Amino acid sequence: MKLITAIIKPHKLDDVKAALKTIGVDGMTVTEVRGFGRQGGHTETYRGTEYQVDFLPKVRIEAVVDDLDAGDVLDTIVSSARTDKIGDGKVWVSPVDEIVRIRTGERGAEAV
Amino acid sequence: MDGATTAWLLVCSALVIFMTPGLAFFYSGMDRSRNSLNMLMMNFWSLLVVPLVWAVLGYSLAFGGSGSLLGNLDSAFLSGTGIGADQGESLVWLVYLGAFAAITPALISGAVADRMKFSAWAVFVPLWSLLVYVPVTFWIYGGTDADGALTGWLATRGSLDFAGGTAIHVNAGIAALAAVVVLGRRKGWPSEGHPPHSMPLVMIGTAILLFGWFGFNSGAGGLTDGVAIQAFANTFLAAAAGGFAWALTERVKDGHFTNLGVASGMVAGLVAITPAAGFVSGMSPIWIGLAAGVVCAFAVGLKFSAGFDDSLDVVGVHMVGGLVGSLLIGLFANPGALGDFEAGLLNGGGAGLLLEQFIANAVTIVFSFAVTFAILKVLDLTMGIRASEDDELTGLDVSQHAETAYNLAESTMAR
Repeated sequence: MKLITAIIKPHKLDDVKAALKTIGVDGMTVTEVRGFGRQGGHTETYRGTEYQVDFLPKVRIEAVVDDLDAGDVLDTIVSSARTDKIGDGKVWVSPVDEIVRIRTGERGAEAV
Repeated sequence: MDGATTAWLLVCSALVIFMTPGLAFFYSGMDRSRNSLNMLMMNFWSLLVVPLVWAVLGYSLAFGGSGSLLGNLDSAFLSGTGIGADQGESLVWLVYLGAFAAITPALISGAVADRMKFSAWAVFVPLWSLLVYVPVTFWIYGGTDADGALTGWLATRGSLDFAGGTAIHVNAGIAALAAVVVLGRRKGWPSEGHPPHSMPLVMIGTAILLFGWFGFNSGAGGLTDGVAIQAFANTFLAAAAGGFAWALTERVKDGHFTNLGVASGMVAGLVAITPAAGFVSGMSPIWIGLAAGVVCAFAVGLKFSAGFDDSLDVVGVHMVGGLVGSLLIGLFANPGALGDFEAGLLNGGGAGLLLEQFIANAVTIVFSFAVTFAILKVLDLTMGIRASEDDELTGLDVSQHAETAYNLAESTMAR
């Protein structure tokens, strides 16, 4: 099993979710996060005083998927989250040792 | 007092009472979230402790008798102010003027944000009310002689202050500067940023202030006549002009129209029209609002070069805005339809009125700064006015009040 983690622009969340559902991903966890990459931050001005805001709002999506599906899921997220503008985010894949569905006790692929 | 006047003044009283919570939201939104409840509390404290001081001593000392420096104790402890005594006329005035007394020290809270011990604020407010607000108010509005004319010494000299530009805004503004000098700057100011934690809260506060200000300015004449209509219209126009001018200044200077610029400009315009509301007409309120919006937008930047951590710009908006409006009376005062007072320079008057406006504000600035400085020094030496470094860094909400503005985590009952 693989853990797919994606950091995307908040307004792309609906597109990514819809695209993942079409290819059969039936669960994910979403968190509102803040961070920066090459895009950097922006400045805000209050009563003439400028503030540098380094951490921008992003959405983190996490989903555990079967090894064979990982490539598809990765490609789907990339294509559905892309705007071609700086700040689109990143997706990465990490190995998962074990997974258990708490209600039934099922393990491994059964629990995904 | 006829029925219409009574009804109007009671409505205006409720409007002015609503301004202190409005100010609380205006300031709280500009503050950081960990101090936002402390800011609300400082304002609400003013709204509950000042009316008590006012009923016991303040009203009588600020308005009673026929002296030139201070009132008397004839109405202390509400004596002679029941509806049996004069059909309630003095009771209506006690409430209406008490609402002004309540918001004045609250204005200072914006300057001491994030670092003042609440216990010190709790003691400071009634002391300041009695030792600074009451005498200054008497000089400008207090005392009546046999003919019904004011006897306070600034009023008899001939200066004009319709609803409290000098007595309230310049007075509280310079007191805020004295407080900043005694209290010192916040940890990390100015290098660490202190942006507003909730701009929507600032805008709600501005809306409430704008709404309440119609009672503040158009009830101040005490009559339901043409002066009340003119003051109402002037308030409406000066707020718009102030917000417009500040927003435009920021657009040119910094590149954007900002919500905080609009809010600050409306308040600056309202502050500036306060002393002039019943004395000017025609386009004058628009000129006064525009002037205040531009001047205050630049004035709020001065604290950085001066090194004064006036956290929420009380000096730059209230003292400067009050001065702009008060001095412009010397140009725009337009007697005749509005009553019998000296005309401004642009309406055929001499420079005499402008000079009196200058004197009244200079006296208020010197007196208020000195006495506020002394009160805070004494409090600092006796009880201490500055929150501990730990408390300041933790945030005053938790350290002073054991509360948190935005509870995002669940908690369990401690007992």
